[in-house]
Amino acid sequence: MRHTLAVLVENNPGVLARVAGLFSRRGYNIDSLAVGRTDNPAISRMTIVVEGDDRVLEQVTKQLHKLIDVIKISDITADEYVDRELVLIKVSAEPEKRGEIMQIADIFRARIVDLGRRTMILECTGNEGKIRAFEESLKPYGIKELVRTGKIAMLRGSRYTNINTNGTREDD
Amino acid sequence: MKITAAQALVRCLELEKVDIVFGYPGGAMLPVYDALYHSSIKHVLVRHEQGAVHAADGYARATGRVGVCMATSGPGATNLVTGIANAYMDSVPLVVFTGQVPTSQVGTDAFQEVDITGITIPITKHNYLVKDPAALPQIIKNAFHIASTGRPGPVLIDLPRDVAGATIDFHYPETVKLRGYKPTYRGHRNKINEAAELINRSQRPVIYAGGGILNSGASGELLELAELISAPVTNTFMGLSSFPGDHPLFLGMLGLHGTRYANLAVTECDLLIALGARFDDRVTGKLARFAPHAAVIHVDIDPAEIGKNVPVHVPIVGDVKLVLQSLLPLLKKTDRSPWLARVQELRELYPLRYNREGGLKPQYIIEELYRHTGGCATIATDVGQHQMWVAQYYRFKHPRGLISSGGLGTMGFGLPAAIGAQLGLPDQQVILVTGDGSFQMTMQELATVREQELPIKILMINNQTLGMVRQLQEYYCEGRYMAVDFEFHPDFITLARAYGIKGYTVETEEEAQRVIPEALGTTGPVLVNCLVSPQEKVLPMVPSGRGIDETFEC
Repeated sequence: MRHTLAVLVENNPGVLARVAGLFSRRGYNIDSLAVGRTDNPAISRMTIVVEGDDRVLEQVTKQLHKLIDVIKISDITADEYVDRELVLIKVSAEPEKRGEIMQIADIFRARIVDLGRRTMILECTGNEGKIRAFEESLKPYGIKELVRTGKIAMLRGSRYTNINTNGTREDD
Repeated sequence: MKITAAQALVRCLELEKVDIVFGYPGGAMLPVYDALYHSSIKHVLVRHEQGAVHAADGYARATGRVGVCMATSGPGATNLVTGIANAYMDSVPLVVFTGQVPTSQVGTDAFQEVDITGITIPITKHNYLVKDPAALPQIIKNAFHIASTGRPGPVLIDLPRDVAGATIDFHYPETVKLRGYKPTYRGHRNKINEAAELINRSQRPVIYAGGGILNSGASGELLELAELISAPVTNTFMGLSSFPGDHPLFLGMLGLHGTRYANLAVTECDLLIALGARFDDRVTGKLARFAPHAAVIHVDIDPAEIGKNVPVHVPIVGDVKLVLQSLLPLLKKTDRSPWLARVQELRELYPLRYNREGGLKPQYIIEELYRHTGGCATIATDVGQHQMWVAQYYRFKHPRGLISSGGLGTMGFGLPAAIGAQLGLPDQQVILVTGDGSFQMTMQELATVREQELPIKILMINNQTLGMVRQLQEYYCEGRYMAVDFEFHPDFITLARAYGIKGYTVETEEEAQRVIPEALGTTGPVLVNCLVSPQEKVLPMVPSGRGIDETFEC
């Protein structure tokens, strides 16, 4: 089963190497990993999607906790959460095809962010399924280049993954 | 106070009450060594950086304090790697300093540059590359805290030369700043209650005690527990010396080369009380056959060890001493004489034994050593057959009596570790039991022994072969002995003499009876070269892939 972990880490050099190294060394499979700093510049947040049964997940979580730079780990898989990926796709777009592509972009609420003589770059956000469908739709036109961010996720409602306030509701 | 970061480093060590550092200087470490020049801290100059880290490790194991060592950048740092991994595997608290090329050159493949923080990520509890000189005191404060608390381990601090030379406004912080590091010390109340209930109900409990007992100083509580609930105690290799070796409830070591009665008691028990042990593969053998009838209580300070290899009925995360202190008042003194009678029966059916016919036997040498020291010496060992014979035949009386590389199995650990142990415990009798293979890996440290005037007694079990590998080749490669028999042997007595160390050669039981007490009574260092047969094997043994109840002896 795939789990989504929200991991708060110290924004120290090398912290990504520590986390990524731990996964490879202990043989855990990362599906995706996205990292960026939070509103507190000393803290970064990683969203890690990892494949494994409950036992593997328990070990992943415990081993991550042993890293001194890891502040907090929340497995949000079972909770209600919003997740998003962002993809940029450069697609062949001869002038006669542009209309079709723009229609597809419209359906997926994607945006055209660059227009070249023979190519377009489209930007789309959404969950994994939507991104996959979007990619499939563009394939027939010839995808020249594709880059995606990996999943980021956040709990819905007033619950949050934060240093001191994890899992508490403001309203209860 | 304005001083250089290197001076601050030395000042921090003094404030941490470090009395000895082990090391080897070099260009990138010039500022630090210059600062040490004015300090009262004793610096022990080894002959190879691996010696420095093993000595710091031996010091830490013998004293329970943090071991400190240092080396220069590049090869100095990489020579520490084996020793750091060794300390990490055995949860030994070390603070390791390495020099680094100046920050402006970091990443340029400069002379003697190596990415030691990158290299040691998987083998340190934590490491630091210091970029801001002003941050150094806080980093050192954190390093000592991380190394010595929770599950202990090595912490490395990599110090670029320009950072070491920079001037800072020094003050040593009172507190650590680590929001991601908060070990759990007190066990969960409900879980402790559950454990007490299980123990009080059990008919056939066995206590399986590991190195965590020594790290938390819980030998007294362990003894109290065993006697209160009448449970036999088996030690992991790392746990040896945490329970008195001559106690009637002691089963000796379990696992691969454990006693048959310990392994069978674990197989028959209905409750396994695991204290500061990690269900290592050398202990459990085939997992499906390990303690098949037992409920498992597992107390460990590292939550990641609980449930890693075997399912646990009552997990307790905490310091084993504190947990036992909470647990003991909840336990009923229970008569378990049928179980103890059964354990006694196993003990009599399958005693630890060897054939004394056919020349001087290594097991006999260890028994003699035990007889003459009463189990009270600090025994450092190397890795191999001699190490297992020590584990089997030396009955340790006091905690931290055994200084040996368990998890990593590092040949060459023994001599430098004995040096560290002797420097940490100057009044204690420190004996190195080594093999001719292991000894030749780090024997350059004989010079350190001599230079520091350490009265270490070296007992070399010399079978002129790599006995443990030879034994494996006999069993698993149908006796095709490949690259194990040494065709050239140095004259170890002359070698010892070259270092000003007295040497004896022992070939018979009579000689052993005469020489061992004489060597132990000598004031300075001594090397006793014990010539034994290469055929002798460490038995009993659990064949690879089998259960621990399937030990064989022939």
